[in-house]
Amino acid sequence: MRALAVLLLLAAPALAEEPVSGYDFLLPETQALQDDDFANPGLLWVDRGAAIWAAEGCADCHGAAEESMRGVGAHYPVWSEAHGRILTLDQQIDLCRTERLGLEPLPRGAEEMTALDAYVMHQSRGLPVAVALDHPELAAASARGEDYYRTPRGQLDLSCANCHVENAGRRLRGEVLSQGQANGFPIYRQLWQDIGSLDRMIRWCHESVRAAPPADDDPVWTDLELYLRARGNGLTVETPAVRR
Amino acid sequence: MFNTRIRVPESAAAGEAVEIRAMIMHPMDNGFTYSTQGTLIPVNIITDFTCRYLGEVVVQVRLEPGISANPIFTFSLRASESGPVEFEWIDQNGDVTTASAELAVT
Repeated sequence: MRALAVLLLLAAPALAEEPVSGYDFLLPETQALQDDDFANPGLLWVDRGAAIWAAEGCADCHGAAEESMRGVGAHYPVWSEAHGRILTLDQQIDLCRTERLGLEPLPRGAEEMTALDAYVMHQSRGLPVAVALDHPELAAASARGEDYYRTPRGQLDLSCANCHVENAGRRLRGEVLSQGQANGFPIYRQLWQDIGSLDRMIRWCHESVRAAPPADDDPVWTDLELYLRARGNGLTVETPAVRR
Repeated sequence: MFNTRIRVPESAAAGEAVEIRAMIMHPMDNGFTYSTQGTLIPVNIITDFTCRYLGEVVVQVRLEPGISANPIFTFSLRASESGPVEFEWIDQNGDVTTASAELAVT
């Protein structure tokens, strides 16, 4: 089924609208590494997240993450009525830590946050991504995210969509372009030999087209994450995925 | 102490060769790469890995800078008696990380 989907993409890029996981664009060796429940290096950070979960007192409210967090990550980002804004999973975790546990917020890109994110998302592994745009704010933010996604930027004047929609499945020199789906994040990226959040990947993509990423406090980060996650609705959560 | 993952079967028949796996979270910086700020990242590696079974060394590896991050070792061990399988990693600063598991031999 997956192989067929890739073949279809190669034959007719116009069909690229059907979401296809980045997994299907990998070499069999890399797929095997992701599928290995011991050797997948991303699991080192899942373990780390589990240790932080236990140490910081997340379990006092949530109990065992295997039960309480099953399927939770697959729905994020969500609209929070209480906070009057959209919350990504990272922002939700940070709110839990600061409001309920009285901890200092983690700096942006902190490895602890990526580990916690990986641990929570990992509990949804195998479930379909199901981000609902069931609030006017969510729909508006997703539209803003899509607008950002389709706007050319940087010295190379490329938009995200130029590669990941219009040319997904084709080669960019030695690599096959994926659709840039977010269903496996946080990912273990072989290029980095490290875990990476969606945030880190978006920064890397900006660098690749020689563009400056948005400022840290720019709300477009949330819009873009929402758009990217909702774009992969129906794909299977693969966290921690292994990518090139 | 670094985060580790080890896999030792819970039980094995006497004389059976079992697969042992051990992995450690470590950047294994080789001293040739630069940070995003353009500064050279100094060498930072694990230098020794040892596995002991029943107190006896069964695998010993000296690691060099060419080894990639988060090194994983997979090897076979012939089960003889019930006892601990102990793992030890030493980094270049002499910091020791250990992990162990019990292997029951029936």
